Amino acid sequence: MLNRRTLLGAAGAGALLATTGIARAQDKLYIPLISKGFQHQFWQAVKAGADKAATEFGVDVTFEGPDTEAQVDKQMDMLAAALAKKPAAIGFAALDSQAAIPLLKQAQEAGIPIIAFDSGVDSDIPATTVTTDNLAAAAFAADKMAELIGGAGKVALVVHDQTSRTGIDRRDGFVNRVKEAYPNIEIVDIQYGAGDQLQSTEITKAILTAHPDLKGFFGANEGSAIGVLNGVKETGATGITVIGYDSGKLQKDAIRSGEMAGAITQNPVGIGYETVKAAIAAVKGEKLPPKIDSGFAWYDKTNIDAPEIVAVLYD
Amino acid sequence: MTLAPTSSPAKSAPAKGLLASGAQQKILAFASLIVLLVFFSLASPNFLQTANILAILQATSVNGVLAVAATLVIITGGIDLSVGTLMTFTAVIAGVVLTYWGMALPFGIAAAIIVGGCSGFISGTLIARMKIPPFIATLGMMLILKGLSLVISGTKPIYFNDTPSFPLLSTGSLIGAVIPSVPLPNGVLILFILATTISWVLNRTTLGRYCFALGSNEEAVRLSGVNADGWKVAIYALAGSICGIAGLLIASRLNSAQPALGLGYELDAIAAVVIGGTSLAGGRGSVLGTIIGALIMSVLLNGLRIMSVAQEWQTVVTGLIIILAVYADMLRRRRAG
Repeated sequence: MLNRRTLLGAAGAGALLATTGIARAQDKLYIPLISKGFQHQFWQAVKAGADKAATEFGVDVTFEGPDTEAQVDKQMDMLAAALAKKPAAIGFAALDSQAAIPLLKQAQEAGIPIIAFDSGVDSDIPATTVTTDNLAAAAFAADKMAELIGGAGKVALVVHDQTSRTGIDRRDGFVNRVKEAYPNIEIVDIQYGAGDQLQSTEITKAILTAHPDLKGFFGANEGSAIGVLNGVKETGATGITVIGYDSGKLQKDAIRSGEMAGAITQNPVGIGYETVKAAIAAVKGEKLPPKIDSGFAWYDKTNIDAPEIVAVLYD
Repeated sequence: MTLAPTSSPAKSAPAKGLLASGAQQKILAFASLIVLLVFFSLASPNFLQTANILAILQATSVNGVLAVAATLVIITGGIDLSVGTLMTFTAVIAGVVLTYWGMALPFGIAAAIIVGGCSGFISGTLIARMKIPPFIATLGMMLILKGLSLVISGTKPIYFNDTPSFPLLSTGSLIGAVIPSVPLPNGVLILFILATTISWVLNRTTLGRYCFALGSNEEAVRLSGVNADGWKVAIYALAGSICGIAGLLIASRLNSAQPALGLGYELDAIAAVVIGGTSLAGGRGSVLGTIIGALIMSVLLNGLRIMSVAQEWQTVVTGLIIILAVYADMLRRRRAG
């Protein structure tokens, strides 16, 4: 009786799964993308770019990533499952390059090309890396910050984490630029909020309490930037220049209303698109450059509706 | 058999009833596991491949070990929310001993297991002696351990490059060295050995008997003159040292102690325990059930991935299976009673 129940349940699940596209054409190239995340709008935009390339070039693409960027082992399980599917190529954004090496070697032995994307993979196994130059982008944010606060005053950073490549590069890109070019700007605090909006809000409020004369904030990813905005709003502080990173509806609204001075945007759609495109090229045996820069742009109130900016922003 | 007789003081011979009910639940869980395996094998030719089966077992090893630890605590009627971050903490400790201090591998292994046991001892003391509810005490420990892992490691992963044999602990294969066609990772072997040992402890030792007794009627245990608090602390300490083994396995697999990892892993462990038929009310459960529960979870996740089911739906299906498994167990017991 109960076994029948279980069977029925499984059959029901099967029916559900069958409709979600397992009946894939066997002759299409299959390219899974194993990402660092899944739920954030940024990753969804990468996925959108990958899907766009999939439709355009007639390949099958799947997109997966762990719930949080700490779950290195879960990402390994995803990579192992992707390998079991005998894909044509794999797109991979490593949470921890060292941990992934055994599986990447396995892929290499099986002749499956790896395309690294976003923060990339610290190894010579990937055929190429599709990424944003985060150091340059964050340095540009520092230039903008200096321009907006008049080249002097206290600023603080809220960064998502100090272990990932993007976290380190954006922090260092900003801090180094300030150190070398703006002696009158003092970075009073750098705090890490895991990219969590609420946590970043609390951090921002604490920094504002400690430094009431603060002039500017740099939020190093979407969650951090939203947190900074919330924190500034909740304390009721005025005259604070907030610079964000990435996009998302809340940041875009804040830039339109003037609460946020502007933000750096990567090109997540481009990252996804270029990753799939590079994967196809690698399968065909074409030569690839070691790095494919997917680019970045500064956007603020004045250009937020310009077509070239609209194309790289996401909600 | 309903819950009532389990908790009634008049159960002079609980062992027989428990065995019968436990066996049924194990058969039910095992049948579900087989159904899943058959289903996915039919759905995708890539599923039933040696490499993939090994990947599933590898994915089960850490959660399986944590779930064994959680089983012990849950049978006493308690809960341990700190298993995930304790795992991380012990991994960091192993990193400190092996990489920072450059000591030999056995010291790292011993340190992780001992520190795990000590942490379990603290949790047990908070619960048994200071009467802090298990949920709160282990919630506190979960956060303390998470924070300490970050503090000790300086928030950076600790790599084990100076101990080249360390990754073999989980990813090497002793069995593969003897039988090359079955390269079962050591991590899986460790899980099976641990499960067998703890199963024996639960069914054949005094500690095991008190584990069930505390879960079914703590007051009766106390009134019969047994040092209930002492046994409870011992059980939490044992569970803690098992988390130390999980810490070694995950660190070995990733060749690094990842200090930010671990939050949320306690829920996966508890889910495996519950799917395996261990009652959250305490007094009833088995390690074998838990292992089957952990396997069901990783087979399900792997199978859905192999079938390229969208990630959103993977989560939904996993949730449904947890509810279905527990509901099926309840129905069975209601009918049996």
